Amino acid sequence: MTGNAGEPIEKDALTEIEQDALAEIANMGVSRAANSLRQMVGAQVLLSVPAVSIVTRGAASKLVERNDAKKLVAVQQSFEGPFDGRALLIFPEAQSLELVRSIVGDQHSLEDVIDLEHEALAETGNIILNGCLATIANVLNRTMRMSLPSIIRGDGASLFEVEGAASGGQFVLFLYIDFNIKKRDVHGFIALLMDLPSIAALKEIVSDFINAIDKQPSGHAG
Amino acid sequence: MPYQVLIVDDSKLARMVMASAFRRIRPEWSLAEAANADDALTAMAGGAVDIALIDFNMPGTDGLELVARIRKTHPAMPVAIVSANVQNEIIGRARELNAGFIPKPLTDEALAAFLSGAALRLRKVTP
Repeated sequence: MTGNAGEPIEKDALTEIEQDALAEIANMGVSRAANSLRQMVGAQVLLSVPAVSIVTRGAASKLVERNDAKKLVAVQQSFEGPFDGRALLIFPEAQSLELVRSIVGDQHSLEDVIDLEHEALAETGNIILNGCLATIANVLNRTMRMSLPSIIRGDGASLFEVEGAASGGQFVLFLYIDFNIKKRDVHGFIALLMDLPSIAALKEIVSDFINAIDKQPSGHAG
Repeated sequence: MPYQVLIVDDSKLARMVMASAFRRIRPEWSLAEAANADDALTAMAGGAVDIALIDFNMPGTDGLELVARIRKTHPAMPVAIVSANVQNEIIGRARELNAGFIPKPLTDEALAAFLSGAALRLRKVTP
């Protein structure tokens, strides 16, 4: 793993078909999870096409700070298994109350909504992120352990630990999908950050998956 | 009788998974692939396509918009949306367009069931 300051490793780290596979598998995870969110908010959840890239933590943190919305709130869960990383559900901070309101109902007062915010975000994040990772684990036929959800507030850099133990220049596999809740002013991202030491493991898993496509048990001729 | 099926998905992996399922379920049918709506419409205009399987979440024109466009020229063609996006609105819109819905991750069972129905419908249309 040579993540030095020169030409980054991103070009070669994953082949085109590996990136395609990851995007497709993540898309299945997020699409399934979006249905859980849809059931919670009672309105359609619109999803973007997923983007997969290998970037530094610093670059990833900039990607989530869109439209000058630098104050973010995120529900995050760590996962461990054949590969390790973190899954995050991220909103501009100004919108988290609107999300909570769309879940608990419009009849609640602002005080109630503020009281419920932490719990509602943790629960929403838990359902969406678990749903997403469970689908990914099932598709890849692997088991993943998930931590309990925690809530982080701050800019992109603090969400992605650009400073501190992990350096901002460290490369991560970054996968994200935008979502919007129809008829509500709520938009956010689901992001997966995987540590680079896991990429070798990830490559192997994706390649096993691709090789196994033709070896699925048959049984329904005609 | 073997039919010609068009698979429309921006993901090559998804097309590989679909093609692999066909080799198990309907090995005698022929497959064509398109990576986006424009290529799909070009393939349709060729006139050889009997059945279309269409991903929903694609860059540019999404799968449901594509089905709506196909319906203008092919009102009776058996078509299914293939997606992990199992929200009521997506499935409901597919129904409105007289299209089936096959959930991802794809299973042989779900694909086989749609194809059996499609084959029956095509037999009625072309005796």
